[in-house]
Amino acid sequence: MTLTSAVATAPRRQSRRGASFRDAGPPVALVVIFGIFAALSPQFRSVDNVQNIVDAAAVLAVVTSGITFVLMMGSIDLSAAGVMGASALTVSLLVANNRNDNDYGLLGIGAAVLLGCAFGCLSGLALVLLKVPSFMATLGVSAIGLGVATLMFAGVQPNITDTMLESWAIERFLGFSYLAWIAAACILVGWLIQRYTRLGRYAFAIGGAEEVLTLSGVRVKPYKVAVFTLAGAFYGLGGVMVTSQLGAGLVQAGDGYDFSAITAAVVGGTLLTGGRGGILHSAVGVLLVMVLTNGLVQVGVSPYWQGGVEGLIVVAAVAAAVIPQRRRNQVVK
Amino acid sequence: MSVPALEVRGLVKHYPGVKALDGVDLVVRPNEVLGLAGENGAGKSTLLKALVGLVAPDAGEIFVRGEPVRLRSVVEAANHGIGMVFQEQSLVPNLTAAENIVLGSEGSAVRRGVYRWDTMRRLAQEQLDKIGSDIDPLARTDSLSFAERQMVEIAKVLRIEERSQHPPVIILDEPTSVLESKEIETLFAQIRRLREFASVVFVSHRLDEVLDVCDRVTVLRGGQSVGEVATAGAVPGELHKLMIGSTGSDDHYHSGAASLVAAEQPRLSVRKLSGRSFQEVDLDVAAGEIVGIVGVHGSGREDVCRALFGAEPTTAGEIRMDGKKIDLPHTRAACAAGIGYVPAERKIEGMVGAMSVADNMTLTKQKARCTGPFVAPKKQATLVDRWIERLSIRTPGRDTAIGRLSGGNQQKVVLARWLVGGDIKLLLLDHPTRGLDIGARSEVYRLMRELAGSGVATVLLADSLEEAIGMADRILVMSDGRVVAEVACPNGGKPSPLDLVKEMV
Repeated sequence: MTLTSAVATAPRRQSRRGASFRDAGPPVALVVIFGIFAALSPQFRSVDNVQNIVDAAAVLAVVTSGITFVLMMGSIDLSAAGVMGASALTVSLLVANNRNDNDYGLLGIGAAVLLGCAFGCLSGLALVLLKVPSFMATLGVSAIGLGVATLMFAGVQPNITDTMLESWAIERFLGFSYLAWIAAACILVGWLIQRYTRLGRYAFAIGGAEEVLTLSGVRVKPYKVAVFTLAGAFYGLGGVMVTSQLGAGLVQAGDGYDFSAITAAVVGGTLLTGGRGGILHSAVGVLLVMVLTNGLVQVGVSPYWQGGVEGLIVVAAVAAAVIPQRRRNQVVK
Repeated sequence: MSVPALEVRGLVKHYPGVKALDGVDLVVRPNEVLGLAGENGAGKSTLLKALVGLVAPDAGEIFVRGEPVRLRSVVEAANHGIGMVFQEQSLVPNLTAAENIVLGSEGSAVRRGVYRWDTMRRLAQEQLDKIGSDIDPLARTDSLSFAERQMVEIAKVLRIEERSQHPPVIILDEPTSVLESKEIETLFAQIRRLREFASVVFVSHRLDEVLDVCDRVTVLRGGQSVGEVATAGAVPGELHKLMIGSTGSDDHYHSGAASLVAAEQPRLSVRKLSGRSFQEVDLDVAAGEIVGIVGVHGSGREDVCRALFGAEPTTAGEIRMDGKKIDLPHTRAACAAGIGYVPAERKIEGMVGAMSVADNMTLTKQKARCTGPFVAPKKQATLVDRWIERLSIRTPGRDTAIGRLSGGNQQKVVLARWLVGGDIKLLLLDHPTRGLDIGARSEVYRLMRELAGSGVATVLLADSLEEAIGMADRILVMSDGRVVAEVACPNGGKPSPLDLVKEMV
């Protein structure tokens, strides 16, 4: 009876679900940096330029969405470049192109995405079955992807003639390219996965306290493989999108996206140690990186300086993000 | 007589250097609350882990309702209706309380991999209501206080009621150590409710609690069951005698070697030290004195200890060694002032497992083994061998990797690290006997006495109240970040554990 009365009379405690203070950093930084550039450059704040930024962010946003799930688990994924190369070649050889008579359209795109899944699955299996650390496993898978892409390339560049795929990069809807809308859809899907599926929540939990999941009787290995597979699908789609932009399938389609995506995710507040951040954080991170790149050009920073300045700002952003951790004698590796 | 809900016969478990379980027998009857008592290192944790499939025993049998079973995982144990609330909390910090409560058995809250947050919240709320907790199920776990998390943990294990068709066996490993008295009462009411249809194994080192809530108590010592006490009419003293055994605590702690403390100027003097989790701590330690600090988890005593070594930032206050102020918070300054720190996490913070005994011993006081900027192998060998002998460290040689030694010998090397320089004035011992067997603990106690005898001041965060009482000359009690009591603890006038517990909560 004491029990029931306690339940009835105790006022419900103030809920503490909302976003915490530290999550507010990257969005604030985005607004501030955008504001600074907008004040400095009339060109930067033009509608055209904002459209440019968003369009240019599309591929990175998709790749980052994928990598975010891996990072949330506390693993790392360097396979994006290779997987994107392989998927770019696959899609360009399966849709209408100048190398063969294939014209599979959407099916070809689906095949490229599935190939991405297969590569991701491979990374995940190497991690959980062979116990290869994700850093090395995914680096290896990236090399395999590039190898497969090179074989398919076979010395002759496949130019695509598929009107649908070409239109993705050109046609606009409500001012933004189709690619940008695809990216937005990916972020939405990613968010739904993260929020409403066991896969997404467990990825988050694995980064938080993997051993606790085991203690609770959860088998984590299948979820790890599934997360890498999911990430692979995003990279596969990324490769397709690059192909649409270039109008041709190139081995180098994913060049640089691996590290750019990790940078964007971390800048957005997803920790490399896992368990924090998420897809929306990463989307903000992508915008931050793109605004920075674009803004530096618009305000007239010499291209020779840009790389260095960008790097500095990234380190500063991450340093700001980990302030709560910079206490005691914590070791950072 | 009915079939026991759970029975253990002759369970044996070896760890390198330690026999954690040495033929334990245990019977848990249906609808009873069984207490499990024993000092640290008596084998309680290992036994409990074996019961939930986390430790595979080397020999012996486990029976559930008369059937022999092999428990290979938590899931198998849960399927047999055995669940446990872990002492070191087993919640995922970045998930909501509700997710933690249903974790691993989401049932209808997850359909085809898709979450139904409403169902999940309802399921979690049902469990929380059982223990009358007003925690918001959708609050993130790491935003809850330690005590609240403990309630979540208990709510989580209660879900086993719905998972098993048979009457469950629920193990509570030190569930009360951080709860307030009102929460403890709620918990006890729950335990009594559980008894109606389940069996409960209750572990606590507050003996009065054990006697209060349990029907029967089994006492473990040295990995064996040494006795059984019906709680009706029993007093804590009886249990305590069984737990400690015939050796008696006086010998164990080498009290005869306790030095008389000359009350002159204190060696260490701390004034109004405040930090993240402690406020206005005053502390004096004289040369040759051992001062124990006791308090429940979250009392801030660990942080104070780290702050004294400069490993935890402070916001106010000062630390003086022999009257000289120390620059805070810098571990180098602390070392230079003659302060040594033996961390609780020996394997993580105390030693470099892959490095040799010699390298570990000379890690801090590099000068002791060097000539100029170079390591002098002969000088190091002589020095290290001398300390290996003086502390009777059992190691194949000074070049053996420290990770291969037993816990007790590792700890001696860690201690030696502060002694090789010959300039140690104050030792901060953070759970120096954690994970050591009785023999090794006794050796560490002897060393502490010897060092105190030679004038080293010691601050001790003991592993148990008994240890603090046995070793310390004086005990400070901390609660919620403040020193709330100081208890003199001289030979022949030792306080009882209960005296201290009263101040702790």
